Amino acid sequence: MLPPQLSRRDLLTMIGALAGSEAMYQAMTTLGFAQESPYKGPIKLDGDPKGASVLVLGGGLAGMVAAYELSKVGYKVQVLEYREKAGGRCWSLRGGDNYTELGGFEQECKFDEGLYINPGPWRIPYHHHAVLDYCKRLGVKLEAFVQVNHNAYLHSVKAFEGKPQRYRHVSADFNGHVAELLSKVTKQGGLDQAVSTEDREKLLEALQSWGALDENYAYVAGTHSSERRGFDIEPGGGQMPLAKPSQPIGLSDIVQSGLWSSLSTGSLYDFQTTMLQPVGGMDMIARAFEREVGSLTKYNVKVTEIDQDDESVTIRYEDARKGGEAQTATADWCICTVPFSVLSQIKTKVSTKTKAAIDNLPYGAAIKVGLQFKRRFWEEDEHIYGGITYTDLPNTLISYPSTDYHSPGKGVLLGAFSLEAWAYEFTSLPPEERIQKALEYGAQIHPQYKDEFDNGVAVGWHRVPWTLGCYGEWTEEKRKEHYHAASSIDGRIAMAGEHISYMPAWMEGAILSSLDAIGRLHQRVVSG
Amino acid sequence: MNRITSFAATVAVAAFAAFPVFGQSSDSTGFGDASKIQSRDGAGIYAAICRGCHMPEGVGAVGAGKYPALAKNEKLEAGAYPVVMVVKGQKAMPPLGSYLDDEQVTAVVNYIRTNFGNNYTDAVTVEDVQAARP
Repeated sequence: MLPPQLSRRDLLTMIGALAGSEAMYQAMTTLGFAQESPYKGPIKLDGDPKGASVLVLGGGLAGMVAAYELSKVGYKVQVLEYREKAGGRCWSLRGGDNYTELGGFEQECKFDEGLYINPGPWRIPYHHHAVLDYCKRLGVKLEAFVQVNHNAYLHSVKAFEGKPQRYRHVSADFNGHVAELLSKVTKQGGLDQAVSTEDREKLLEALQSWGALDENYAYVAGTHSSERRGFDIEPGGGQMPLAKPSQPIGLSDIVQSGLWSSLSTGSLYDFQTTMLQPVGGMDMIARAFEREVGSLTKYNVKVTEIDQDDESVTIRYEDARKGGEAQTATADWCICTVPFSVLSQIKTKVSTKTKAAIDNLPYGAAIKVGLQFKRRFWEEDEHIYGGITYTDLPNTLISYPSTDYHSPGKGVLLGAFSLEAWAYEFTSLPPEERIQKALEYGAQIHPQYKDEFDNGVAVGWHRVPWTLGCYGEWTEEKRKEHYHAASSIDGRIAMAGEHISYMPAWMEGAILSSLDAIGRLHQRVVSG
Repeated sequence: MNRITSFAATVAVAAFAAFPVFGQSSDSTGFGDASKIQSRDGAGIYAAICRGCHMPEGVGAVGAGKYPALAKNEKLEAGAYPVVMVVKGQKAMPPLGSYLDDEQVTAVVNYIRTNFGNNYTDAVTVEDVQAARP
């Protein structure tokens, strides 16, 4: 029944591929990540706060949203921020920026003007309505972020002798072979119990169309398949040579390569087209907020103690650069966006339950490496305009800039974005060795790396002095035990940030958590 | 960490991220696969995963929060303490039990307790690590 070239093992692997992406989607849905943002437009805070005051700890997106909205309706707001500027993880590194990580390792970013990397969030799904709405309201210009590029690569050191494969080849050939197999089974009556005779005809038609099969329901070299995967000789003009179809990769090679495991990424709700990015770097969002609430913000503040009683909240702090004498700030209420990795080390007067939540949320590891090259060889040599190449090397991916195509001069790639063990390993190296690693891996995909590399910058999130990690790493068990306490107003203090959301690490999560916190706080204020 | 949790963690990261989808490759230069540390000896494991936060020579670091110095750290006297911290984590210390097997945890804890000015020679054992695992 099965074609001779397909072993049982092949089939099982392939079913695994399909079931795998399904399982992934189901898990994401169950965990709440693949949901449309419930944001329904600008927050309405009706009722008079009667001059109530709020201290906002942390000038990242969650903190600035709180400051922006609360100050608009009459609260007296002050933001205390550890860094010398606002934005938190909504951050871009550009030429001229100096970044000193924990341990005192200094980096000077030497990118050319206009070039940048976003060490933190770097793309916005079209359904992250709150982020997009604030971009609209605050005048942040957006452009498309290319997630899926059919001309970028999928790469495995264990497949095709380590030679990167174009996404369109893997995608077209995987779909084509699966469609052919299913059509054979359908025609042979293998699906008769599941599919009626009428449906069978329609299904065959659909498989032919979906998989680019020929009139015999075969996935073979020809016009149909080449219209997906591209031609060996492209159709030309005048008396140019006739088009020549390309040869699909064999089913077994495709299945065994494992490269199919990256095909579903762009189909995930969170990564579907159209994704967006601010023109000029992610911190354009931070800057837009800072224009609104910068005057309410005190920078270089290191919080040392958070105290509260029935009447007020008192924050003790010192100068983050010079230390010195403790100072205090007092307000009626507090929105605390300090990451739990840091807050767990600050003396904080909250309930036992809240304290347990603060002490038990680990922060995930992540590494990003930005690489500047002397020319945009990915466009010039390989016709890759934006998008992402995925690899099983420890750099995980290479992302090409989704902006300024064909611009002369230098270009910056995201040369590594890794998590888990690889992120810890990258982070444990001095910055210049991280860059060397990213180069070594990337050169296996783009040999031009060797001649064209100019300079780089590397951010390992556990070394970032103001977060000690990348994002709140909730598990189902931890959510059950601690999330309710973490997200409840404790006396006069409400937590906010990406970690107080069901979409950790996303800016949308940070903003939604902030809006939810100030909404509940405001209710308490106007009804009290 | 069980399969589901570890998957959930990966999904959570989807945010900043793309999945480390294949994740099984190893590397001639010392990086293991996406979810396991390759090195087997204490010094190598320290360099691969601990050094990121606790720094070369275990000197620790201070920012908005801090990473405690492991050098001359009296809290290392009771071997169970670093074993539990490595396996389960607490506060800013993430649980690393999923990246290291029992022998690796043993090796790195014994390395830390006998280096950086520490001289606690009562080595911890694989059984101590097993007892600390959830």
